[in-house]
Amino acid sequence: MTSLASSSTVLTPTWAPIRGARRLWDRLLGPLALVATLLGLVVLVVLLIDVFRDGWPRLSWQFLTSFPSRKPEEAGILSALVGSLWLISLTALFAFPLGVGAAIYLEEYAPRSRFTEFIEVNIANLAGVPSIIYGLLGLEVFVRFLFPITNGRTILSGALTMTLLVLPMIIIATREALRAVPDSLRQAGLAMGATRWQVVRDLILPQALPGALTGTILALSRAIGETAPLITIGALTYIAYLPPFSLEGLRTPFTVLPIQIFNWVSRPQAGFHQAAAAGIIVLLVVLLSMNAGAIYLRNRFQRRTV
Amino acid sequence: MTSFPRISLRTESPSSALATETAPAIQVRHLQVWYGTKQALKDVTLDVPRGQITAFIGPSGCGKSTLLRSFNRMNDLIPGARVEGEVLIEGQNIYAADVDPVAVRRHVGMVFQKPNPFPKSIYENVAWGARINGYKGKMDDLVEAALRDAALWDEVKDKLNESGLSLSGGQQQRLCIARAIAIKPEIILMDEPCSALDPIATLKIEDLMRDLRERYTIVIVTHNMQQAARVSDYTAFFTVTPDRVGYLEEFGKTHQIFTNPRSKITEDYITGRFG
Repeated sequence: MTSLASSSTVLTPTWAPIRGARRLWDRLLGPLALVATLLGLVVLVVLLIDVFRDGWPRLSWQFLTSFPSRKPEEAGILSALVGSLWLISLTALFAFPLGVGAAIYLEEYAPRSRFTEFIEVNIANLAGVPSIIYGLLGLEVFVRFLFPITNGRTILSGALTMTLLVLPMIIIATREALRAVPDSLRQAGLAMGATRWQVVRDLILPQALPGALTGTILALSRAIGETAPLITIGALTYIAYLPPFSLEGLRTPFTVLPIQIFNWVSRPQAGFHQAAAAGIIVLLVVLLSMNAGAIYLRNRFQRRTV
Repeated sequence: MTSFPRISLRTESPSSALATETAPAIQVRHLQVWYGTKQALKDVTLDVPRGQITAFIGPSGCGKSTLLRSFNRMNDLIPGARVEGEVLIEGQNIYAADVDPVAVRRHVGMVFQKPNPFPKSIYENVAWGARINGYKGKMDDLVEAALRDAALWDEVKDKLNESGLSLSGGQQQRLCIARAIAIKPEIILMDEPCSALDPIATLKIEDLMRDLRERYTIVIVTHNMQQAARVSDYTAFFTVTPDRVGYLEEFGKTHQIFTNPRSKITEDYITGRFG
């Protein structure tokens, strides 16, 4: 260091030495960034500890298998848990093919035109629309207008509303995954006399699928925590039965975990607050399982396609 | 949809059928190509001889790749590309309104500048094209024959299930050639197939081209004049007008182009005085 400065004629004295404020900032930035990182983490950990301290003792088989009740010690999460799983499975069923289909159209088929640009801008904007707006839309379209099909404030209406909510996110994630597939692969496929569909099905989609799946599951994990749009379309808080496992079951009223938790938190009895904390743990477990599923699927498909 | 002659995958060698025919494989008639408002290629008329290797040479921007890509309608994929004139293959204008580009590409194979195997196994790389084109015969035999023709079989026969991307660059390019010949095209287009390869791999590709000659009509675009002189039977020299529009300056037997060019511009180019 010193020998460099003294022996080299290249390092002329007109250059500022590496000390003073320049060195100070370098030394400070690391610790400051660490504090910023830890701050977020610490808040999260404190929150988790608090929730687990309240909720862990309440968590039991009885809690998981009981319906809500007026007595806090008998209350359970069953109908909300089942409602959430129903809702998210149906949403995935509707949203994944629609989202991937739209993304394929926009990336692989759509001509560069004003119309395409208009659609693209709108999808990007829709991803930023507050979820309660989707609730209002769902209330008007699915609950009221499509009443003969959905039977009003039902699982089906909820899932369709959630589909609208996650669709823009799935489209954007899938488009990015499709765009990451090199163009040389499309050219190679087409030059073999393949149709566009054969190229998309056999060459492009397998490459883009991990990205599309990850995007879908992340969008769904956001949806499973959503409360506002479901309250708007009128999901109930007291459901003391499970929907029959049939098409008719889709047309029954429902509740979901966040709504049940919100309901318990707003009650005066301490027993319900513990139930709410236990409900949060259940919701977290569902969420983390979905994210783990996303990682598993991504890894599996990546291995298979290379 | 298409009236393009649909030739089913032939099991016998195409050479016997073609040896008797002396008609040009590709007839280019007053072809002009635009990208948007920019003209890329001006009034090209050219007969590509059957069963021979034809090289397209010329400075950058002279439209040689554009012309090559107009032979299998790959220019259709570029937004704003527009073609005037005719390209006749088997006597049929491939730009006629009722011709399906997919059918054209089925008969005109292509090898790209950068090796681009499918992210599939070596076996699937070769079998895919046959499968999507509805090949009914024994797939194992077809794959082996194509890999043998591409001089790759001995190197990959024990690892057919490994990814095509695990091969070296030169092997990948030969896999791409195997993939192209697996669907038995009449014509193979090669767009600077060796520009991403080392000299040894380049020589192997050139040997391969000589082997495939006569069974296929090969058109190769190359920046490497020595390569054109080494492998091709015919050479087309393209250059650009002062307003940057490519055109065909001279076409003839490779030997004549390199030893006794008729055009002064051709002579200047091949002697290295410009380009």
